[in-house]
Amino acid sequence: MRFLISLSRLSCTLLAISVVASYAYQASTIPSSNLIQVDDLVKIIQAPGGEKPLILQVGSRVLFQQAHIAGSEYVGAASTDAGLQALKKRVEGLPKTKFIVLYCGCCPWSHCPNAEPADKTLRALGFSNVKTLYIANNFGTDWVQKGYPTAKGE
Amino acid sequence: MALLALALGVGVYFGKFRRRAVTFPGQHPAAPEFSLKGLNGESVDLNAFRGKVVLLDFWATWCDPCREEIPRFVELQNEFGKQGLQIVGISMDDDPQPVRDFYRQVRMNYPVAMGDAKTGGLYGGVLGVPIAFMIGRDGLIYAKHVGATSFTTFDDEVTALLQIPASPGLNPVPEVTPRLAQFTCCVNPDVDICRGDRGVGNPPPACASFLHLE
Repeated sequence: MRFLISLSRLSCTLLAISVVASYAYQASTIPSSNLIQVDDLVKIIQAPGGEKPLILQVGSRVLFQQAHIAGSEYVGAASTDAGLQALKKRVEGLPKTKFIVLYCGCCPWSHCPNAEPADKTLRALGFSNVKTLYIANNFGTDWVQKGYPTAKGE
Repeated sequence: MALLALALGVGVYFGKFRRRAVTFPGQHPAAPEFSLKGLNGESVDLNAFRGKVVLLDFWATWCDPCREEIPRFVELQNEFGKQGLQIVGISMDDDPQPVRDFYRQVRMNYPVAMGDAKTGGLYGGVLGVPIAFMIGRDGLIYAKHVGATSFTTFDDEVTALLQIPASPGLNPVPEVTPRLAQFTCCVNPDVDICRGDRGVGNPPPACASFLHLE
């Protein structure tokens, strides 16, 4: 009986792997030069002067509504066509040197499906001053629980 | 070679089959009540599962570790459902259609509701997934797991919580609503709870007019 249970577990694991394989994520392929660390972004936000970035959340709306970086805007999940279209529309007309920070925070970095498509899209549009916020675990752990500037709602 | 095989067998036994004793230190707050819409419009209420051990899983279809966990949750539900385990999924997707597609693809056998910011806030903020709560028969939260969690841990905790009785004087648990049960069985007719007198492989009651998934 236990052997059958183990066999069942193995087959379910293989099924999960095949399902997951169709959703290969590439956040970890974003070059480190395109990233900004959490502490560095906090310093920029809290500095009395200096250029403030346009901060765009490119992940889940439900997560954004619960908590987001103070002053950031929700765009849409960049892993979806609708999200990418919304991103393109948001940056339309902005100078290509505009300082933009993208973030998601839905999942551990290596599993985030939104960061890389958003980064890639803006660079393809010619934006040269784009950084993606490196969130190692998730937005709750790496930003909210550390007491960094947070807002709720839309 | 025989000794090696014996050693391997003993190792597998203690590693996989022998459940570990589990304690639940710290405080155990009451699990916040919620009433959310399920994938077919049915109501998914936490209160309906009082008296059962509830594994409450916040997840999303775009979450890789979440998708990996769910087949194992299906197994857990099959293995412990009759003893009183009820797994409940709350999807943090923005749109229910990918959730319905995944539900069918993976043959999920437990209720899934569409979450919202309010429910996430009730549970301390679901600001990343997966997050799983272990809720006892008494409605108290005994454990919270952020991120992917080993299934040995889930196995052990479910086993331990099934031994903890509900509070004395608790009213009998209302059954899962017929509509919710029928929904689950229409989508996944061969799971244990659905076979009933039909036997494995026999067609379930007509579901086409019931399900609005096509």
